[in-house]
Amino acid sequence: MIQALAFYLFSGVLVASAAMVVAARNPVHSVLFLILAFFNAAALFLLNGAEFLAMILVVVYVGAVAVLFLFVVMMLDINFARLREGFLRYLPVGGAVGLVLLAELLLVGTAWVDASSSAGLRAAPAAADVHNTRALGRLVYTHYALVFQASGLVLLVAMIGAIVLTLRARPGVRRQDIPRQLARTRESGVEVVKIPPRTGV
Amino acid sequence: MQTLAFLAVFLPLLGCALAGAPILAGARGHGVDRWAQVSTSACVAIAALCSVALFWTVALNHQPRSFELFTWIDSGAFEASWAIKLDALSATMLCVVTIVSTCVHVYSIGYMGHDPAIPRFMSYLSLFTFFMLMLVTADNFVQMFFGWEGVGLASYLLIGFWYDRESANAASIKAFVVNRVGDFGLALGIFGVFLMFGSVHFDTVFQAAPAKAGETISFLWFEGHALTILCLLLFVGAMGKSAQLGLHTWLPDAMEGPTPVSALIHAATMVTAGVFMVARLSPMFELAPAALHVVCIVGALTAIFAASVGLVQNDIKRVIAYSTCSQLGYMFFAAGVSAYSAAIFHLMTHAFFKALLFLGSGSVIHALEGEQDMRRMGGLGPKIRITYWLMMVGSLALAGIGIPFVFGFAGFYSKDIILESAFAAHSGPGAFAFWLGIAAAAMTAFYSWRLLFMTFSGQPRGDHHAHEHAHESPAVMLVPLYVLAFGAIFAGVAGYAYFVGDHRAEFWGAAIKVLPENDSVEHAHHVPVWVKVLPLVASVAGIGMSWGLYIRNPEVPARLAERFQGLYRFLLNKWWFDELYDRLFVKPSFGLGMAFWKKGDGAVIDGLGADGLAANTLAAARRVSALQTGYVYHYAFAMLIGVVAFATWYLVRG
Amino acid sequence: MTIGLGHYLAVAAILFTLGIVGIFLNRKNVIVILMSVELMLLAVNINLVAFSAHHGDLVGQVFALMVLTVAAAEAAIGLAILVVYFRNRGTIEVEDINLMKG
Repeated sequence: MIQALAFYLFSGVLVASAAMVVAARNPVHSVLFLILAFFNAAALFLLNGAEFLAMILVVVYVGAVAVLFLFVVMMLDINFARLREGFLRYLPVGGAVGLVLLAELLLVGTAWVDASSSAGLRAAPAAADVHNTRALGRLVYTHYALVFQASGLVLLVAMIGAIVLTLRARPGVRRQDIPRQLARTRESGVEVVKIPPRTGV
Repeated sequence: MQTLAFLAVFLPLLGCALAGAPILAGARGHGVDRWAQVSTSACVAIAALCSVALFWTVALNHQPRSFELFTWIDSGAFEASWAIKLDALSATMLCVVTIVSTCVHVYSIGYMGHDPAIPRFMSYLSLFTFFMLMLVTADNFVQMFFGWEGVGLASYLLIGFWYDRESANAASIKAFVVNRVGDFGLALGIFGVFLMFGSVHFDTVFQAAPAKAGETISFLWFEGHALTILCLLLFVGAMGKSAQLGLHTWLPDAMEGPTPVSALIHAATMVTAGVFMVARLSPMFELAPAALHVVCIVGALTAIFAASVGLVQNDIKRVIAYSTCSQLGYMFFAAGVSAYSAAIFHLMTHAFFKALLFLGSGSVIHALEGEQDMRRMGGLGPKIRITYWLMMVGSLALAGIGIPFVFGFAGFYSKDIILESAFAAHSGPGAFAFWLGIAAAAMTAFYSWRLLFMTFSGQPRGDHHAHEHAHESPAVMLVPLYVLAFGAIFAGVAGYAYFVGDHRAEFWGAAIKVLPENDSVEHAHHVPVWVKVLPLVASVAGIGMSWGLYIRNPEVPARLAERFQGLYRFLLNKWWFDELYDRLFVKPSFGLGMAFWKKGDGAVIDGLGADGLAANTLAAARRVSALQTGYVYHYAFAMLIGVVAFATWYLVRG
Repeated sequence: MTIGLGHYLAVAAILFTLGIVGIFLNRKNVIVILMSVELMLLAVNINLVAFSAHHGDLVGQVFALMVLTVAAAEAAIGLAILVVYFRNRGTIEVEDINLMKG
């Protein structure tokens, strides 16, 4: 009973805030609604017993991704006044296609039947007594270690990519060019100047 | 004799080629024209001499022969060869054609002397002569058809000789198209003959005809007497070529061509090809009495129709053209009562006096520097005496004037024997033809003298300047007229005995077949005296009435025309045939053609095909390229639609 | 009533559709598109976790972890591109971004 209530509460807020992400006029509001959606999704994950994932969702999605969105939204000089509404023009077609897609997804989703052999096909059955995080850790660092490393690589590449894309070389910034420094020779570096006594340089 | 035959038939072809030879070799100038005139005239004159010699041998000395030149078609059962068949019929036609053609060639040297395209003209005249000779010497249907079509072609070329005149072009097309309608019937007849007899050779068909006299053949949706149907189809061809009622509309318009053309083609020779064909096919026609009745009735109707229209025409050439049409009607109704020999006799005499009349009228036109409307002539008698007297001779021959049992002009003999035969046939169509023929004879005399009076007598009504300068034609134009006049005077009395008189049996031999019970020519010699005299009386009455209306009381014709305006207009407009055909055939054809062009060709073929395909491809490409909007979310949307479509399909398909 | 697999799948479906609709119906700025993508990825994650809980199979959660990682990386790169684009063009309105027009 409690579980049903909790489920409906969280999923209701989730859907509502997702809708507001799309429909909100102010992009800052959109981002904030996104954050709310993420929180509620985390709660749903908790209801399913995926505690680690729920916390990771909060930390990574909300703490990093959503904040990043917020940074960018704030940074870009978006002219609110000139925002155009092309919304209604595509509503019929887009809405229709969306409804069809939803209908199909629901059709498939609610008609799910477990195969009789599914129980034997589980790749990593969860032991009831082990903590979720511990169980995940046991799985990730052993059987799926390569996948784990690969995802790390993905993140690395993303980081480099982001920097490469957005780095601006600013003129007038003084910095050292070590190879140039090391390549200096005596001829280009030192100059002997005859100075008469009692005069300056 | 083979050489003579070969020369007679092929010399005109040589003349045709020679006429243009210097031009092809690059020569230019006056000498080229003179060469064309002389070479063609010489060739056809020699052919005429050969023809006379052949006539002497074949017809007068009763030695019919047939020479096969070489095989043309040899395909299974169908066989046709080029041959020269010489018997009394073809020998007569050879003479007529070549002599008249020679006269016309020589005449053209004078008449067309100032034309810019003399070699072309002379060449076409000789070409026509060649085709006509091929037609008359044919020994099978296919060669005859070749000649038939060839003369139609030559007619087209010559009517439209002055091709920069739109009326000439229209007239030549009209002639060709109307002829084509007749040719269609002729072709169907030839197909039928081959179907029935398995051969197109005349002798084979004629020998097999009596055996097949009772058979029936199915045509379109009904079944009928075979020979009757075939003969009727062949007669349709003759109707077209000889301008009988129904397919006659081209003949008056054919006067757009130069006068020598009218004389040669549309008076003496081409239009008589139909009569010749009926005579040649007499063995077949004799076995199809119903067809003969039709021929007779059509001929009689044509005779009276053309005569009535000729009463009121104002163009001098049109009067003579309708006169030709009417006389052809005579020839056909003679054939229709099985008097083929009388028909050919009249054909021969008619060739002389009609050509004489045409060339004479050409002389008048030449004198007046191109004036053809009789309402603007008058009083020319004193100025062009010789032409006047020659035209008088021609008219006397046409009207059939003569003193019975003493002497008559050519038409006197030939027209009278036709009318007597019609009477003597003692059949419904025969009597019908006889009375219509008498009426037409009166009208013929009337309009012939109307022409003479309006042109040569009275006060000059036209341009004074032209009248002052009216001069007689040069000798080169007059000599042929003398030759023709000689024929118009004496051809009747000379040929009577052989063609229709006592010697006719040996003369014709097997060329013409008349069943004994149909021998109207024989009975014609025993008709009552009033029948023999009536045509003459009718003609004299016609002359008298014409004198009364045009010399005595010249204001009466105008008053009559006003009083009977409807009738006058009916006759002047040729019984509204042209308008009728225009409404029935020409306009719908044009409409059909326009519809096919605009809608069929334009809308369907171009629209869906060439232009349409290109335009549609372009439009489609433009529309497709509009999909490349440049917006990524559009592309993503397209992908999504694709995914949804796939999913839907799988879900629905189960 | 007991909340079963179907309910979670339904929620995920709705979220997914909302994300898709958000991509097409917005003309205002590109950031909403990126956020819609995040929504779609979140829906996928919910699906994976729901199945993992239903079957008692932890692989689903591992996969969800990977999806999370990739989503974060993709968001970062997307935003970087957006920033550079904004620097060059001065606008982030969706309807102005049609340089690939054919």
